[in-house]
Amino acid sequence: MELYKLTAHEAVQMMNNREFSSKELTQSVLARISAVEDKVGAYISVTEDEALAVAQSADEKIARGEKLAGIEGVPIAIKDNMCTKNMLTTCASKMLSNFVPPYDATAVLKVKKGGGVIVGKANMDEFAMGSTTEHSYFKKTANPYDTTRVPGGSSGGSAAAVAADEAILALGSDTGGSIRQPAALCGVVGMKPTYGLVSRYGLVAFASSLDQIGPVAKDVRDCAQLLNTIVGHDDKDSTSLLYPERDYTGALTGDIRGLKLGLPKEYFGEGVDKAVSEAVKRAAAKYEQLGACVEECSLEKTQYALAAYYIISSAEASSNLARYDGIKYGYRAERFDNLIDLYTKTRSEGFGDEVKRRIMIGTYALSSGYYDAYYKKALEVRTLVKRDFDAAFEKYDALLTPVSPTAAWQIGSMEQDPMRMYMADVCTVSLNIAGLPGIALPCGQDADKMPIGMQLIGKAFGEETILRAAYAFEQETDFCKMRPAL
Amino acid sequence: MKITNDEIKHVARLARLYLSDEEEKRMEKDLGAILTFMDKLNNLDTAGVPQTAHAVETSNVLREDVAAPSFDREELLKNAPTVEDGCYSVPKVVE
Repeated sequence: MELYKLTAHEAVQMMNNREFSSKELTQSVLARISAVEDKVGAYISVTEDEALAVAQSADEKIARGEKLAGIEGVPIAIKDNMCTKNMLTTCASKMLSNFVPPYDATAVLKVKKGGGVIVGKANMDEFAMGSTTEHSYFKKTANPYDTTRVPGGSSGGSAAAVAADEAILALGSDTGGSIRQPAALCGVVGMKPTYGLVSRYGLVAFASSLDQIGPVAKDVRDCAQLLNTIVGHDDKDSTSLLYPERDYTGALTGDIRGLKLGLPKEYFGEGVDKAVSEAVKRAAAKYEQLGACVEECSLEKTQYALAAYYIISSAEASSNLARYDGIKYGYRAERFDNLIDLYTKTRSEGFGDEVKRRIMIGTYALSSGYYDAYYKKALEVRTLVKRDFDAAFEKYDALLTPVSPTAAWQIGSMEQDPMRMYMADVCTVSLNIAGLPGIALPCGQDADKMPIGMQLIGKAFGEETILRAAYAFEQETDFCKMRPAL
Repeated sequence: MKITNDEIKHVARLARLYLSDEEEKRMEKDLGAILTFMDKLNNLDTAGVPQTAHAVETSNVLREDVAAPSFDREELLKNAPTVEDGCYSVPKVVE
């Protein structure tokens, strides 16, 4: 048996039974990286020595007669926008290509404290802006199911690494779908927690009111386990909430009898591929069989959420990215005439096209004369989108929708048309706008055998409900067992 | 909404970006398309609707004012492109 194929919960149990060591498991994953990374390109950096040292301490624990728990001794990839102490953190940008953080992001620290074996930093769209992982300064990541296609984005490296067995777990970040969409396109499980559940300290900011760190995993149990590891209030993030911690794996009962599930019709409309909507509707039928009560419902403002999202996220990005000026860290232009020229040349040379586009949109939307028409309007629409969800959750425990309107598309096919790429986020952005949790998990394949994902949306802090629903579906189907032939 | 070349130049200056002529043309086209899409929000009546800046309501979050060790200066300065006498160095600002 190849150890890299295991899930985290299988591996931990087997290590506790002394069937193999964490070092052997880590070496197996590192060997897998060597074998397939040329084709997939999931990593910006691989941290072999650090990984083996952490694996060693898990093995010493076993040798002392103690048991491993959670994600202890399990290889994990970290998206390269989370600060890792003394480990290069580039955000897939030339701007941070030389940045070695002097501290760990809180989520990373929690992974380390939980004994997770960090094997590398995963590729992504530059500053997490994009839906394809084509906008990385370093390389494009390929979809492990078909390497001519995109893995989705922006956490494309995290999702591709897990799908290709180049990591057993991964952390991603989700601003408008950046965990859920690549998870769906790569056939793995990905979750965006409720805004504020996971600390954003040390996550390189894109859009602060939308960003949230979350797990990417091979199955729902691993997803819940990794969520356990990273949640919790943090003094260093004043938007992280005081919410009692709990064991999310406790929700995985398999019993969803009486669950009220809404199917918002706006998510199945024009632009959504027939194979996708049919796969999600088959999942809905499965839920009915399992004892859930499924009903069509409506989220009328859905069509406006995408425009509001791109205004809000770009406005926040233009403000957040003002810090990259070549003074305190990161790239600095070589030649300049004065301070303003230093700032401007550094930024013009350090940022890629997509990042510049977002900064321009955001700066425009916040500029004098346009603020009311765009930014203020978007914040009002945000309220309406949120009210839509509030009303739906008075009737339903969770909502079931597609994640991406299509399965993975060809690399390069949207490069010249940013608007088309933005449209691909239509099913995911409204959760970020409303701060709600969502989980993506596999529910089918299209005619080309590419994975199709579905999304369960929960009310704020409804993680346990959507994990329970996801787990019940997973136990009754084989979609989570699909693996690419690389 | 269409965006003019002058507006592109103005916004680029605000954002501290130099754009080549070719980049300006692409921005004009791309931003025009994106703003046209965003203009659909005008179809929605939002009179009297409050703004939501954060999905989850939080008010001022305060902590006890307790002295604690901060970052090591040398460690932080390691990432700076240029350093002088334990400070970040920048080009002359005031003549």
